[in-house]
Amino acid sequence: MGTIQNKLEDPVSDELTLVRAAKQGDDSAFEELVRRYDRNVFRIAQHITQNREDAEDVVQEAFLKAYSNLAKFQEQSKFYTWLVRIAVNEALMKLRRKKPERTVSLDEDIKTEDDSLPREIADWSPNPEQQYTQAELREILSKTIQGLPPGFRTVFVLRDVEGLSTEETAAALELSVPAVKSRLLRARLQLRERLGRYFQKRESGDGEQ
Amino acid sequence: MKCSDFLHELTNYLDGVLDKPTKVELENHLSWCHNCYVVCDTTKKTIEIYRDSQLYELPEDLRTRLRSAIMTKCQQHKKRGPESV
Repeated sequence: MGTIQNKLEDPVSDELTLVRAAKQGDDSAFEELVRRYDRNVFRIAQHITQNREDAEDVVQEAFLKAYSNLAKFQEQSKFYTWLVRIAVNEALMKLRRKKPERTVSLDEDIKTEDDSLPREIADWSPNPEQQYTQAELREILSKTIQGLPPGFRTVFVLRDVEGLSTEETAAALELSVPAVKSRLLRARLQLRERLGRYFQKRESGDGEQ
Repeated sequence: MKCSDFLHELTNYLDGVLDKPTKVELENHLSWCHNCYVVCDTTKKTIEIYRDSQLYELPEDLRTRLRSAIMTKCQQHKKRGPESV
């Protein structure tokens, strides 16, 4: 058991070592993978489901599914990308069960190109986040991202919050690279516009400039 | 470069994956077009605010509980055999 713990130096080759050990039945190696990625999977799941209990379920189901399908993992991609794909699918399934009247898929919400043109171009105050307490800011960010369609917020979260590359995001979501880029642009612009309501420079009053 | 061209390249610009000539052209546009400058700057801030927000952090006690539940389920799965999930 201790042998795995001693090898945790190079994150990339080490991930493969852990995966191979887990495939051989070493549960402590799998537990190490859980420890390494549980926070990421939870964040992704809560961003998609917008519900904490659902996110907890998704974390459990995603890791259990990864464990039981580990033999099928081909090692051509990173384990993490493979795990993210499982977690995103589980999270989208939760959403579908909750909102059966609406189709929830990554392919929805394709609109015409010009919907991403910004309508609101007012500047923000410097360090706008400092106008709010941490709790208020989290509330604003959470509410704002909830307003995005699931397909957009999923791409945004993987790329901009979790830091996956465009290619990794495309692989995890089974989308093309241009599709990821186009959704990312629209997600970023929509969030920017919505956050502007809270962060815009106030023109009135106290002798600005 | 028109504003719509700028917008088309915004994500590539923010991700630092533009080729040099396009980047120069884009930065030239930004130097005189205030609207695009504001859009670029506030989009960058949007990304940074979300990245640094620590939204949906997993509390340590919940984390331990989830990990323990996951490992218990994995062991049950192992005992029952591969067809159980």
